[in-house]
Amino acid sequence: MPQQTTGDYQTLNTLETFGFLPKFSQDEIYAQINYIIAQGWTPAIEHEHPSRAFDHYWTMWKLPFFGETNLANVVNELEACRRSYPDHHIRLTGYDNYTQSQGASFVVFQAR
Amino acid sequence: MAKQYEAGVKEYREKYWTPDYVPLDTDLLACFKVTGQPGVPREEVAAAVAAESSTGTWSTVWSELLTDLEYYKGRAYRIEDVPGDAESFYAFVAYPIDLFEEGSIVNVLTSLVGNVFGFKALKHLRLEDIRFPMAYIKTCGGPPAGIQVERDRLNKYGRPMLGATIKPKLGLSAKNYGRAVYECLRGGLDLTKDDENVNSQPFMRWRDRFEFVALAIDKAEQETGERKGHYLNVTAATPEDMYERAEFAKEVGCPIIMHDFLTGGFTANTGLANWCRKNGMLLHIHRAMHAVIDRHPKHGIHFRVLAKCLRLSGGDHLHTGTVVGKLEGDRNSTLGFVDQLRESFVPEDRSRGVFFDQDWGSMPGVFAVASGGIHVWHMPALVTIFGDDSVLQFGGGTQGHPWGNAAGAAANRVALEASVKARNQGRQIEKEAKDILTEAAKSSPELAIAMETWKEIKFEFETVDKLDVG
Repeated sequence: MPQQTTGDYQTLNTLETFGFLPKFSQDEIYAQINYIIAQGWTPAIEHEHPSRAFDHYWTMWKLPFFGETNLANVVNELEACRRSYPDHHIRLTGYDNYTQSQGASFVVFQAR
Repeated sequence: MAKQYEAGVKEYREKYWTPDYVPLDTDLLACFKVTGQPGVPREEVAAAVAAESSTGTWSTVWSELLTDLEYYKGRAYRIEDVPGDAESFYAFVAYPIDLFEEGSIVNVLTSLVGNVFGFKALKHLRLEDIRFPMAYIKTCGGPPAGIQVERDRLNKYGRPMLGATIKPKLGLSAKNYGRAVYECLRGGLDLTKDDENVNSQPFMRWRDRFEFVALAIDKAEQETGERKGHYLNVTAATPEDMYERAEFAKEVGCPIIMHDFLTGGFTANTGLANWCRKNGMLLHIHRAMHAVIDRHPKHGIHFRVLAKCLRLSGGDHLHTGTVVGKLEGDRNSTLGFVDQLRESFVPEDRSRGVFFDQDWGSMPGVFAVASGGIHVWHMPALVTIFGDDSVLQFGGGTQGHPWGNAAGAAANRVALEASVKARNQGRQIEKEAKDILTEAAKSSPELAIAMETWKEIKFEFETVDKLDVG
C-alpha cells in the first residue's frame, strides 16, 4: 500500500455505511441481515447502476419483505437480484416503521 | 366572594406552600435544588421560590384583588431531601400553563430563572428539571427537521454520523480553511463544523468562508459519492446579520447551518429554527457558556433543562459532552438528557437525574453531538454510550493525524464502521474495544497509525457536577 510509506491518502468512492470496511464475507453479510431481522425491521432490497448511485432513490427489487424473519429467504432474494442486475450496486435496507426511517442500509454487492 | 384588602407583608407559605395540591396535566412543573439561608424553614423558602417565580412580590398589593391569584399562582407542592446533602432540599413547584406565552422558551425561563435566583433568603438555587406539559409542547416549533428527516436528506443510516471541528479554530484564511474542510470530507467524514468562535473576524469574513466551504463540499461529494455538509456558523451580533448569513448559506447550497443558542439567546435561536424549517435547512446547535450556567452542583440551571429548552426552541443537533473526552460529563446524567433530546417519552428516573415523566408527543428528535478531546480509541465506547442517533466529532482526533486530515478522517470512519459492525454482530464493543480496533487496523494503515498516535491520551478527572446520591 502506497500510504504506508508515503502518507498519500487517495480519495475513495464509497457507498455510505460500511463503505470503509473490507468487502464482507458471507458470514459477515448474514450477521448484518440477522441484526436487521432481530430489530424487527422490514428487510428491503434496492439496486442501481453505479452511474446513478448518488441518487436518493434506487430501484426497488420487488416490495419490502414485510414480516420476513427468515435469513435464507432474504439471502435468496439478494442473490436473485444480483443475477438479474449484475452490473448494479445492490443494497439492503431495514425499514423501521416506528421511527418511519431506515434503521440500517448498506451495500451488499457492488456492481461487477 | 370579595376579599378585603390588608396591606403588609405576609409569609410566603400562607399562600404558596400547598402540600395537598395535585398537579394538573397542563401544569408546568419544576424541580429546584434549594439551599436556604440558615434558620429559614424549608416550606417558607420553597414557597418564596414559587411566589417569586410566578405571581408574588414581597408585599401585598391592592391590585391583586382585581384578579384571581388562586388561578395564576405557582405552588410549591412537595419538598424532598437531597441524598447525601443535609444543607439543600428539592422543592417541586407547579405553574399554571396560562402564566406562559405560547411557544416562548424565553418567557418560561424569564419567569422560572428570573429574579428569584438573586433572592436574598436563598444561598443557592438550581433549576434541576422542568416537566413541560403536552399542551405547551404543542405550541413550540421544535427541531426544524429532526433526526429522521436529517438522515433522509443526508442519506446516513444505521450508524452515528461522523464530524470534526476545523482547526486551528482561529486564524485561517477562508481558502485555507476550505482546504481543511475538503480534506476532512474527502477522507470520510460526513460533516465538518465551524468552531463556535468563528463568526466573521478580520482574518476570515463570513462570506469568503461560506464560498470556499461550499466548493469543498461539492468537490468532496463528487469524488466520494457520499453526501456531505459543513455547519456554517451564522451566530452574529444582530438578528439581521444572522439571517443574512443564513440566506447566503442556503444560496451556496450548504445543507446545514449552526448557531450558539446560549450566547446568541433563545429569541435568536427560535427565530433561526423557524427560518430553517421554512427554508429546508438543518440547524446545528453549539452550547458555549453552558458550563457557566450548569456546572455548579448547587446553583444555576442543570443542562438537562437547557437541553429540553433547546428541543422546544429548535435545533437538529445539540452538543452533549462526550463522557469520555476532555470535557466534564457524568455518564448517567448525560444519558438522562440525551434521552430528553431524542425520545418521545422519557420516564422519571432519579438514577439519571430525571425528576419527571416527560412526554414529547410528536416533537421530532435532536441528534446528540459528542465533541471534545475524543479520538479513535474512544470510538467503541462512544458508539455504546450514544448509539446511532448521534454525531461523533473528532477535531484534533482527525486533523492531528500524522498524515493529515483525510487520513485522520478515514481512520475514524473505519473505527466507527468496525464498531457498528461488531455491535450488530452482538459483540460487547466497549469491553472488546482493543480487539475490534486492532482487527480493523489490519486493513487500514490510517487507523493503525492513529491508534499508535493517541494510545496514551486519557482525560481522567473527577466530575465536578455529580448526580445526587447518598
